[in-house]
Amino acid sequence: MDFNDTAEEAKFRKEASDWLSANAEKKEHSRDVYRPAEMTGEGGESSALQDAKDWMTKKYEAGWACLHWPKEYGGRDATAIERVIWAQEESKYKVPGGFHEIGQGMAGPTMMLYATEEQKKQYLPPMAKGQEIWCQLFSEPGAGSDLAGIKTKAELDGDTWTINGQKVWTSGAHYSDYAILVTRSDFNAPKHKGLTYFFLDMKSPGIEVRPIRQITGGANFNEVYFTDVKIPDSQRLGEVGDGWKVALTTLMNERLAVGDASGVDFQEIFELTKESDFNGENAISNGGVREKLADWYCEYAGLKYTKMRNISALSRGDTPGPDASITKIVSANKLQDIANFGMDLMDNASIIKSDDKDDIRALFQGSLLGAPLIRIAGGTDEILRNIIAEQVLGMPQDVRVDKTVPFNEIPSGSKN
Amino acid sequence: MNFEFSDDQLVMKEEVRKLFEKEDSVKRNRNILEGEENFDKDLWNKVVEMGLTAITIPEEHGGIGLGFLELCVVAEEMGRAIAPIPYSSSVYLATTAIINSSNDDVKKEYLPKLAAGEMIGTFAHSEELGTPTSDNAKTTFQNGKLSGDKIAVPDGDIANLFVVSAKCGDKVGLFLVDADSKGVEVSKAECFDGSRSYANINFKDVDAKIIEDSSSEAIDKLLNQAAVLFAFEQVGGAEASMNMAKEYAMGRYAFGRQIGSFQAIKHKLADMYISLTLARSNCYFGAWALGNDAPELPVAAATARVSATKAFYECSKENIQTHGGMGATWEFDCHLFYRRARLLSANIGGQSLWKDKLVSSIERSNLPQ
Repeated sequence: MDFNDTAEEAKFRKEASDWLSANAEKKEHSRDVYRPAEMTGEGGESSALQDAKDWMTKKYEAGWACLHWPKEYGGRDATAIERVIWAQEESKYKVPGGFHEIGQGMAGPTMMLYATEEQKKQYLPPMAKGQEIWCQLFSEPGAGSDLAGIKTKAELDGDTWTINGQKVWTSGAHYSDYAILVTRSDFNAPKHKGLTYFFLDMKSPGIEVRPIRQITGGANFNEVYFTDVKIPDSQRLGEVGDGWKVALTTLMNERLAVGDASGVDFQEIFELTKESDFNGENAISNGGVREKLADWYCEYAGLKYTKMRNISALSRGDTPGPDASITKIVSANKLQDIANFGMDLMDNASIIKSDDKDDIRALFQGSLLGAPLIRIAGGTDEILRNIIAEQVLGMPQDVRVDKTVPFNEIPSGSKN
Repeated sequence: MNFEFSDDQLVMKEEVRKLFEKEDSVKRNRNILEGEENFDKDLWNKVVEMGLTAITIPEEHGGIGLGFLELCVVAEEMGRAIAPIPYSSSVYLATTAIINSSNDDVKKEYLPKLAAGEMIGTFAHSEELGTPTSDNAKTTFQNGKLSGDKIAVPDGDIANLFVVSAKCGDKVGLFLVDADSKGVEVSKAECFDGSRSYANINFKDVDAKIIEDSSSEAIDKLLNQAAVLFAFEQVGGAEASMNMAKEYAMGRYAFGRQIGSFQAIKHKLADMYISLTLARSNCYFGAWALGNDAPELPVAAATARVSATKAFYECSKENIQTHGGMGATWEFDCHLFYRRARLLSANIGGQSLWKDKLVSSIERSNLPQ
């Protein structure tokens, strides 16, 4: 048992580290992250987006983009452990990110399995280069956790499909160039049999994107409306009616992409309890506070070492367990509880809103409002528990009333 | 990175597991719980034959000379098997205390006997309600003689060798007493988990040898080492409890279907798995720190201990709940794990103590980076 790289891993790490130190600015501490010009008052969201595109292009040109992809599509043919090492090294630098994950992490791998060779050559290298952004048109007002319940309609006439309907919670739709899309092409077939999957140009006529304001105040995701949007049949991925299978490929990759919840963690609450006053003493000397700190440390450490066990499995060439589900459940709930408790310790001071990113209050307030989103995005706590029970522990699926009947006979959505 | 046990260690784990399965250790636990014997001598002999009492003892002292990592994998199987034997007392506590010692005479005299299972050792530490710490001992050692009262000594009526904490000047050190020495009075106490045996012991001017008398840190170190090993036991017990709950939920039908298909039950099982996985990962880091005698040991041991205590408690109580009424009967085995979970939560200091120790250790070490 050791934490050392193998000789090959160490060589790769050095190569990555050398390139990063020559091309990016190192963080001075863990919270010293990349800040777009908008935060320094010099630009809008577009500066963060353009910075992220440019950083991706820089990596692409040096062979550091989409590490796990085949070289012919713009990747590096790197192993899983090399991908982990790169992520570890890159996280030490102040670099922009957060715009390419859906394309490179989910759309790309799906295209690789289902697109034609010609399409792969046309779309994947630009995706890797990072100047084209992709989004995922899956959830609908009546189909979130129950994704197969979607109703966006696809009708084929000749070799052109016409799409009508509405998608929701689409991150980045407002700046995306392309999208992956699941539709219903047969309302008489059972729920999982009538779906068809496409990719499309987000500039297609008939697409309307409306931002949704989240509880954080920001608007990172959107409603997307389709009115007679045309898609050529050549942009279908998988067979007609086989879209569920294709969507599962995408979702499997989503679970790999969703990791730790970002925001306050043990370090922040630990520092806060050392600084805040509690009946004339530092909060950390209070027994109740210490019990909570211990619990959060155990979760923090437990996730850290679970990740190391997974990395070890990758290093040996084994498949890591589906423990990514655990990471999101535990870290999102920990985030919410730490944020709530931290604001409690600040007492009245926490009531006064702060937008100053360097103010500890802003960090706790932002985390408290962001945590509910993280507990829902990419699989709710409840769906993830089902996944653990069914896929890890091998327990039976819930008895379903919607699997064999025609889709148009199944009640769905809100009835109130 | 190789944050996993070696193939050899995993093979050893498998062998120990097979032994306990073959010997039906859970049935043996019940026999001890219901019978008059204070431990399963036959099972103890089999464990000794397999060399499990000799793992960490150097070859020069009659041991196998392996390390703590090997002991960790064995501990997990002890926990899964809820074995009714004085293994933890003799191996994690007494043997480790003597291995830690700088007193070569003591090592030469006792380690071969402990390795061969001829002697069973234990650690006599607690003295009153509340939590045992390195500096609350009232038992005294002076001029080679030890006096005082110890309560709830694990396997105190079985052991023939006691490692005893006692005040020596302004330090609290560790001392060694032969159970048949003049002035030792052992009173067997009935135990909450009747598959294990406990005793109260009075020492009156008994002859004692010095294990460590120059620093109070020896006790803290011993408790930290034991905490990692007990945490592995707790993880083994927690996993066994979770698996029992799963098996039952798959085979029990209600409302026309397997109860394991209800989300109320599945989510309960998922939570057990989460708790168990976090505990197991923390135990692995504990094993690394223990095996390398790393400066991280105090933090790693407390982290492993706290999360494993939580995991075994949660898994053992929710296992009963999953079984419904049958889970709360004497006849079903669920309560054997529930009792053992409670015993292991208290034996080297309770959850609140270890949580406090954890935060103190973090404060001292300025972790995490």
